[in-house]
Amino acid sequence: MMWLTWRQFRAQAITVAVVLAAAAIFLGVTAPHLLNLYDSTGLSACHASCGQIASNFLKAIGGPDKTVFEAAIAVMYGLPALIGIFWGAPLIARELEAGTHQLAWNQSVSRTRWTVIKLGLIGSVAVATAGLLSLMIGWWASPIDSAMNFGQPFSGPYLPRLSPLVFASRGVAPLGYAAFAFALGVTMGVFIRKTLPAMAVTLAIFVAVQVLMPIYVRPHLMPPVQATAPFNAFENNELTISSPGNRMTLVGNFSRPGAWILSNNTVTPSGQVFTGPAGAACTGNYPPNACNAWVNTLHLRQQVAYQPASRFWPLQFIETGIYLVLAAGLGWSCVWRIRRRRI
Amino acid sequence: MTAAIEASGLGKKYGRHWALSDCTLSIPVGCVVGLVGPNGAGKTTLLNMATGMLAPTTGSIQVLGGAPGSGPDQLSRVGYVAQDAPIYAGLSVADHLSLGAHMNRRWDAALAAGRIRQLGIAQKQKAGTLSGGQRAQLALTLAIAKRPELLILDEPIASLDPLARREFLQVLMESTAESGISVIMSSHLVADLERISEYLVVLVDSRVQVAGDIDELLASHQLLSGARRDPATLPDSQHVISASHTDRQSTILVRCEEPILDPGWSVGQIDLEDLVLAYMGQARTSRLGLNGDAGAKILEEKR
Amino acid sequence: MIEFHLDTRSGVAPYLQLIQQVRQALRLGLLREGDQLPTVKDVSGSLAINPNTVLKAYRELEYEGLASARPGVGTFVTATLSSDSIASYIELSRDLEGWISKARTAGLDDESIGAIFQRSIRTAVQEEVR
Repeated sequence: MMWLTWRQFRAQAITVAVVLAAAAIFLGVTAPHLLNLYDSTGLSACHASCGQIASNFLKAIGGPDKTVFEAAIAVMYGLPALIGIFWGAPLIARELEAGTHQLAWNQSVSRTRWTVIKLGLIGSVAVATAGLLSLMIGWWASPIDSAMNFGQPFSGPYLPRLSPLVFASRGVAPLGYAAFAFALGVTMGVFIRKTLPAMAVTLAIFVAVQVLMPIYVRPHLMPPVQATAPFNAFENNELTISSPGNRMTLVGNFSRPGAWILSNNTVTPSGQVFTGPAGAACTGNYPPNACNAWVNTLHLRQQVAYQPASRFWPLQFIETGIYLVLAAGLGWSCVWRIRRRRI
Repeated sequence: MTAAIEASGLGKKYGRHWALSDCTLSIPVGCVVGLVGPNGAGKTTLLNMATGMLAPTTGSIQVLGGAPGSGPDQLSRVGYVAQDAPIYAGLSVADHLSLGAHMNRRWDAALAAGRIRQLGIAQKQKAGTLSGGQRAQLALTLAIAKRPELLILDEPIASLDPLARREFLQVLMESTAESGISVIMSSHLVADLERISEYLVVLVDSRVQVAGDIDELLASHQLLSGARRDPATLPDSQHVISASHTDRQSTILVRCEEPILDPGWSVGQIDLEDLVLAYMGQARTSRLGLNGDAGAKILEEKR
Repeated sequence: MIEFHLDTRSGVAPYLQLIQQVRQALRLGLLREGDQLPTVKDVSGSLAINPNTVLKAYRELEYEGLASARPGVGTFVTATLSSDSIASYIELSRDLEGWISKARTAGLDDESIGAIFQRSIRTAVQEEVR
């Protein structure tokens, strides 16, 4: 059974080996440039108050490297989806469509074993692929990721690791995504029994999950840290007034290097979010600080909920765990369905 | 002695429709059995349950004394070729033989390679480029080389030309002579089954109409022709299978264990194809709610 | 070694056809004492018929004393029919010619003569083997 699984997977295995090799070479060749910059700006030697040096480093990164950074994120997003569509969905659906399951299930290998080995073997390759790629990309981008955690005043187009966009392309999370996408694809193939519809449904569900995860689930995987402080209008902050009704929004500055800000509200003493109305000092012809002074009389407080940068790895492991559990559940449902002899 | 297939009240329902109902069979080992019936009669459903591909809705089925498809031991005793002989188009013939070798306990590699050579098929050739006849032969080779006790073939040659059909049956009969395995083959062509089988099961409209040794079936069915008579007047020992009448004459097919001594009848034998057709006709009539002569009467009155 | 053929439309059971063909071959001297008959595997493989049909025919030939099976080796001819039958051939041919002219005189055409002949043969063969 192992032989047959490998033989049927041969073309895809070769493709992915070539892709990984190409990625390794490419990243290997372009990494030294970034590492040199990291050294030459002095960031590698800096341990405290490195914000300005980090900014210099990030500003100095050239166009091509920036493109690679962004492309790497896109690739890590695309990889699990492609695995789900091209490795997962056709795995069993194609056999059902062509009728070859009647050949495979009537040798001397039970269909349960057939299913488990296919799922296990190719699922492992999927996870390993995602892992290798994440490792390579993580290594390549480590100068930038470190710089983002120093609290730099300038970050340009770069985002910290913990931010939703980058989080999904780093660490061990892609392994969970790959396992889940693969298992999802195979399951859709088993239940829908036709390859193309299974591919489409797999893509739709996977994208939906990947969009909903950082919005609704990840913020709560660990209880967010709540920070609260008096709101001082004289410190750098954002103030907007809109009409009608002189609606006023105040957003205080909040800086934690590398953190993921979940919410940043300015609240009244009673706990409601402050929405105005703007006082006369802010709308009429008054000296600029008069408005700030008026705001301070309101005794507002700034409430921030965030996930600190130190929680990157814990969140990664928890999220990966969830996806692996989902993948296992989906895999089990495939085996169950095939065992039940309703096909 | 264990039966090749032992079914009791076997049935399979899809939604509201019974694909097979009330099937009770005891098919003996060591012979070639033909399963005949029109398309949609339930042949594939029955064979799928025999290989364990489908679970029954009601009743039970045992194959070679074991539960169908239950684990490697049972699987290795039964060889199967599904309808139109599915094979992996992207794998070569040699790959298919490796498949057989890796996935089976008793694999006769010499036999498989020898057969492929005899058929003039190149091992390197991709299975998807084989002709229909060659695909059927490849599938048969895979099934035979795993050295099963029972071969189950589901209309493997239905869409082949006469020469390919003949060649397939030749190979099948040669293997049967060599190894003494039991064979169950389904087809809607009675002529093919008559050549190769000793035992016949007629399946029409999801039910077993008749089953038995072919020589016995032919000996026990008589075609009576004579003056017009109501089939209901015949003695109980003569089971009427089909009857047709003109205004003066009746021709009635009966199943009877005893010799027919009524001098009013001219008694003749019937060939297997006509016997099967008669059972198919009977099934259709009873499905429509009409029965033999009663049905004819109703039609006459309407006229 | 002789080669068998099958006429599926003749109404004669396959095993009977095989027996007839062996007898015919013996009569014509194509098969002699000691010759081996084709193996069951070869016959069923070339005609695409059930091996038990061939076995039935060979067993019947054994019963008639025309052949004998040696386990593991094959089935061999043990008697001939040629010498006996040549003399009877001549006598029977003459009888048959007489009968045919009688039938023609009675008004039967060639087709009817052929039909009577076929039916009698069939009945006779089936009686014989039973």
